[in-house]
Amino acid sequence: MPFMPVKFNLQKRVKLAQGLWMIYWLSVIVGILLFSLGIFFKIELRKRSEMMDNNESHLVPNLLILVGLLACGVNAFGGKVCHDSLDPIKFAKWKPMLKPFLLLCCGFNALLLLTALLCFLMQFAVYLTLAEGLKNSIKFYKDTDTPGRCFMKRTLDLTQIEFRCCGNNNFRDWFEVQWISNRYLDMSNDLVKDRVLSNVEGKYLMDSVPFSCCNPGSPRPCIQHHLTNNSAHYDYDHRIEELNIWTRGCREALFSYFSSMMTSIGTCVLLVFLSVDMAGLKYLTTALETMEDPENPECESDGWLLEKGVKETFGDLLAKLKTLGKTNQVVEGGDAPEAAN
Amino acid sequence: MALLKIKFTQQRRVHLAQGLWLLSWMAVMWGGVIFCLGVYLKTELLRRAEVMDNTEIHVVPNILMMVGLASIGTNWVASRVCQDSLDPTRFPRWKVPLLAWFAQLLYLCPLSLYCQVGLRNGIRFYKDTDVPGRCFQKETIDRLQMEFRCCGNNNFKDWFEVQWVSNRYLDFTSKDVKDRIRSNVDNRYLLDGVPFSCCNPTSPRPCLRYHLTDNNAHFNYDYQSEELNLYSRGCRQALTDYYMELMNSTGPGVLSVILIQSLTMGLRYLQTAVETAMVLEDPEGDSEGYLLEKGVKETIEDLKINALTMLKFGQVDPNAAEGSSEVADAEKDEKDAPPSPAS
Repeated sequence: MPFMPVKFNLQKRVKLAQGLWMIYWLSVIVGILLFSLGIFFKIELRKRSEMMDNNESHLVPNLLILVGLLACGVNAFGGKVCHDSLDPIKFAKWKPMLKPFLLLCCGFNALLLLTALLCFLMQFAVYLTLAEGLKNSIKFYKDTDTPGRCFMKRTLDLTQIEFRCCGNNNFRDWFEVQWISNRYLDMSNDLVKDRVLSNVEGKYLMDSVPFSCCNPGSPRPCIQHHLTNNSAHYDYDHRIEELNIWTRGCREALFSYFSSMMTSIGTCVLLVFLSVDMAGLKYLTTALETMEDPENPECESDGWLLEKGVKETFGDLLAKLKTLGKTNQVVEGGDAPEAAN
Repeated sequence: MALLKIKFTQQRRVHLAQGLWLLSWMAVMWGGVIFCLGVYLKTELLRRAEVMDNTEIHVVPNILMMVGLASIGTNWVASRVCQDSLDPTRFPRWKVPLLAWFAQLLYLCPLSLYCQVGLRNGIRFYKDTDVPGRCFQKETIDRLQMEFRCCGNNNFKDWFEVQWVSNRYLDFTSKDVKDRIRSNVDNRYLLDGVPFSCCNPTSPRPCLRYHLTDNNAHFNYDYQSEELNLYSRGCRQALTDYYMELMNSTGPGVLSVILIQSLTMGLRYLQTAVETAMVLEDPEGDSEGYLLEKGVKETIEDLKINALTMLKFGQVDPNAAEGSSEVADAEKDEKDAPPSPAS
């Protein structure tokens, strides 16, 4: 007793073929979209790799690119099969390839699910890499003369300007780090010497932030230096001053940017999910096969998802796998029988 | 003696129709792209409207949008014509619209010239700001300087001549403030400093923005030779460069629309070939297609006669209906021709 049988006449078959063809070609377009999203994500990760200590994992974008290409191929093939399905001569040459194709679709679906899952889960990895990377970026901000780090200042400044953030968690991260290089400090000056001697590590620390922390939306020209000293500036109270510099930390800003990107990409991946296509193709092929009179296109036929019920099909599968195992034991290199679907 | 006759079999006619159909749909999409480009340019100009000196520059995006829409419309008609061309029952209804279609080439030529004129005009940007310290203007200028990597009108020294710190944040009891205010006629608080948005992130040194002309105020600093500290470009130059680049890139786009209109020739061949086939009462057989039914001179003569007749009608009886639309459309375009006798 077939699983979920449906009766088909010529009209229904034609409609099914046309609908499937449309769905397949839409999926090709979504596949192209996935491919370009993968490339976009890869480029974004590369752009910000300095913020992540050059340590970020490119697994997700590479997987997306692969999945996008595969989706294009698989769906284009499916579309071609649907296109030829109503012409018995053309369809005959596709018939033998259908079973492996449906198996491939199954495997591809699993890959899609895995990709979507990774998109959602890898956000944690991104968060951790960002935390570590930003801490180091702030530490190396002043090293504009060290090879390998000379662009850290520029990158961090541009990041803070673009993402409207300051420091790792907030602007106070800048107070704990010497962000002015010794090259520009007058070591003979008493003030400088005091500051350098005032802490264990001999760092020139101050309660100031770089200019890239400034908020252009502040009505007042930006106050970068002596931030915690109310009397250093006219009419200034550092506890209630909100608009002067960005209050958000860069880790949070960058993370929300990447996480929203990854969530939307994950959702897009799920759109490509092929189960509807597979079911439709299965119905179409079975409907075409069971035509009682192949010469008369107008005749009715049955289509189904599984030839026997679900339990029986699984039973058959298991039996086949067992025989497969046994065959391998007795005779090596035996041909594997096709798994019934 | 027709102009540039070509023989067409049914197969060739079908191929021509299919090719033209594809080409006209590509032209529709390209028209859509041009339209979107016009919309984008317009939004960019509107975003910076506060610093723009005039509104004449809006002519360019307006033209782009018009050309885009016109291209979409006319090429859609062309694709419909191609689709119907091989069906003898549906083709005749396109006769009149086709003649109007051939006339639309007329407007494209002056439009392209107009675009070029718009590009070559000296564009004046960046209205001189008067009194900074106003909330919106500070943010606008700051964002402008950061985005376009520029400082001041012509260079950063423009900031020395303007009070860019609002009086709200000046301590008038301080001696330094009082000195500065009294030091100039207009009682403005001028200083040799710039806003933070002038700072150049690529500088290896943390940004210096106050006491810029005083070498002693900073360690290892020479005002004359310091290059990377602030942006050296003026915002007028930066904006001009940006918009000129944007508009120069739209120029080729518009010209390519005109190139695609070359499908006009193909359409003319298709029209004449199909009509000849219908006249010979053998829609499946061979026929000839041409650009003009008679030679160039004879066509112009015919046009003159038609135009004069129309004018005579106009003189004698101004209330009479105008001549047929075919006559009205056949004016300057040499590709226009009187309709075939089958009409």
